Amino acid sequence: MSATPACIALVGNPNCGKTALFNLLTGARQKVANYAGVTVERKQGSVTLADGDTLSIVDLPGTYSLNPTTADEAVTHDVLMGLRPGEPAPDGMVAVVDATNLRMNLRLVLQLRTLGKPMVVALNMMDVARAHGLQIDVARLSQELDLPVIETVAVDNSLLGNWLARLRGRELDNGREALLAAARQALSRSAPARHATPLPDQLTLQLQVKRVLAAAVPQAARVQRFNHKLDAVVMHPVWGLSLLALLLMLVFQAVFSWATVPMDAIKEIVAWLGTAIKANLPAGMLQSLLADGVVAGLGGVVVFLPQILILFFFILLLEDSGYLPRAAFLLDNLMGKVGLSGRAFIPLLSSFACAVPGIMATRTIPNWRDRLATIMVAPLMTCSARLPIYALLIGAFIPPQRVGWFNLQGLTLFGLYVAGIVSAMTVAWVFKRIWMRSSYQPLMLELPPYRLPNLRNVLLGLWQRAIIFLQRVGTIIFAVMVLLWFLASFPAAPSGATGAAIQYSFAGMIGHALEVVFAPIGFNWQISIALVPGMAAREVAVSALGTVYALSASGEETAQALSPIIAHGWSLATAYALLAWYVFAPQCISTLVVVKRETNSWRYPALMAAYLFALAYLAAFITYRLAAAWTGV
Amino acid sequence: MTAPASSSTRKQRFVDQLGKQQSATIVGLRAPLGHPHDSKVTSRLAELGFLPGESITVLRRGPGGREPLAVQVGETVFALRALEAACIEVHHDSPTAGA
Repeated sequence: MSATPACIALVGNPNCGKTALFNLLTGARQKVANYAGVTVERKQGSVTLADGDTLSIVDLPGTYSLNPTTADEAVTHDVLMGLRPGEPAPDGMVAVVDATNLRMNLRLVLQLRTLGKPMVVALNMMDVARAHGLQIDVARLSQELDLPVIETVAVDNSLLGNWLARLRGRELDNGREALLAAARQALSRSAPARHATPLPDQLTLQLQVKRVLAAAVPQAARVQRFNHKLDAVVMHPVWGLSLLALLLMLVFQAVFSWATVPMDAIKEIVAWLGTAIKANLPAGMLQSLLADGVVAGLGGVVVFLPQILILFFFILLLEDSGYLPRAAFLLDNLMGKVGLSGRAFIPLLSSFACAVPGIMATRTIPNWRDRLATIMVAPLMTCSARLPIYALLIGAFIPPQRVGWFNLQGLTLFGLYVAGIVSAMTVAWVFKRIWMRSSYQPLMLELPPYRLPNLRNVLLGLWQRAIIFLQRVGTIIFAVMVLLWFLASFPAAPSGATGAAIQYSFAGMIGHALEVVFAPIGFNWQISIALVPGMAAREVAVSALGTVYALSASGEETAQALSPIIAHGWSLATAYALLAWYVFAPQCISTLVVVKRETNSWRYPALMAAYLFALAYLAAFITYRLAAAWTGV
Repeated sequence: MTAPASSSTRKQRFVDQLGKQQSATIVGLRAPLGHPHDSKVTSRLAELGFLPGESITVLRRGPGGREPLAVQVGETVFALRALEAACIEVHHDSPTAGA
């Protein structure tokens, strides 16, 4: 064959097991990217055929018809028609159908057939169909459709059965080889040529499907695809919501606390590496660059991985099992009140741990506007990186007195969380009402039958998330970390300088310049300087303050040493203003970078930084003025 | 709750008026109320399989008892908001099928 391998596209309804089939065909030989200009994922893989030739396979987004209504469906349509610039039309198609729901799936197959391209039908989930007692005359189906039809089992859930079969020395046939051979045959010149015909309307398609089914599935016994008893609990107003709350608590607990073990380990390794470099290299610029720039920067990237992997492990399980759309069903009304989708719940909850995995999780929201609104408010959820700052300020300024049953310090922390949630809901509401004054957004969400999640699909999904994060987000975060190191280290302090070295650096100059901006909200120059390296991550501001106040302590001791200094040095109004600032604080480069990656444009991170800065400034200003008037400073 | 199934089958009825576990047969689609020129919703519903002659059952409604509605059409279940459900005109099945 020629140098460029032939390309076939997998096309099918959502929830037909298309991606599982893609995983079965290509294994780990996949590349995930975005289609140019849109945020739809482009999945491409390759497979080596028995004769040594390579076949390129594209997994097109699921679609219900060739009249696109969503961004995903538009991509599928445009790629098939060869309308996407730089994206050659595939040479052939594999139409993936769910054997248990032919009535719906065959309408798309008949539409695809009108394109006149080489085409094979993969009759997927045949094991489930058989288990339901569904008799499909495959030869007759192929004859009626005038297309080759291959039975496939992309996800073999009878793990034990498969294992037993292997013990007996024979593999269960999943249809992979037969499908590849059929696709090869359809692409070859000897296959009968097909011609494009006009697209029939839905009523005509419905009649055609009825005719095909009457011939190929004569005993049309009603298949019980759905477990209505399970749904009666899962979608119940009380039991369903309780189960959902339990699941969300589990996910939250996992992302928030289980992830701390590997995260602490990563931090320890980074600290150890930094110390090792400092011990073995002569003091100087190279040592500082490696220890404080490169190693710290790498650590700052890798430290996100545990949370991302744990969160996506749960999301992939919930998605694969068919639970996620049901959670959206339960929450649609509640979240709809502020203009968010029911699916926004998991991303927003995860953002309490960290907005980075939270924003990555918004890809489970199919509607682009809903997704954008969720991304925009995710940083308002109080992430764990704000806790060190809150802890420092509350410890230094809020007296630990009892208020009724509660402690005033605890109440303040609770209030800061509530302030974040309330402002997120308000911003979402305003965002949807004013900025995206859209007409009504339909729901029309398919609730697929329950399925046991498949280990291969979950592991491949996790692998892809990790690669995407490290390649496209990690590299930028790393570059910014090194840049911040540079700003905080150059130029060096002049000889005989009395203050902290950072004061004389670019970061110090920027901080001093920013003091003019921050003076009206009560921030002194020390705070202004600390905000610059604090761009890397919110909690870095604590150690940066330690640097500015020229403390020799490091790590957790910084906060303890800082507490008395700021308690004496800052007014109460300044402390309150800084707390208010951090409810909104935009300075987390990693969040902005991940927004860039997820929205495919710098426009939205810029907008996000601007609105968060404005809100933070406004909140700090009001807090400072009120507190100053109250305390009479 | 809705009127008993034995009441007039001549009157226009829509899916949002169906009670829990009630079945009916789809007659046709109409543009959403308040959006008379919006054909996007109806053409989308048709693409999803809400086509005349198909049987439809309201399985349950979301917390609060109004929307969204979980609706089974053919072998597929969809969550619809009330506005979308109100676009689907139905003809009541005989009381035995609805019971």
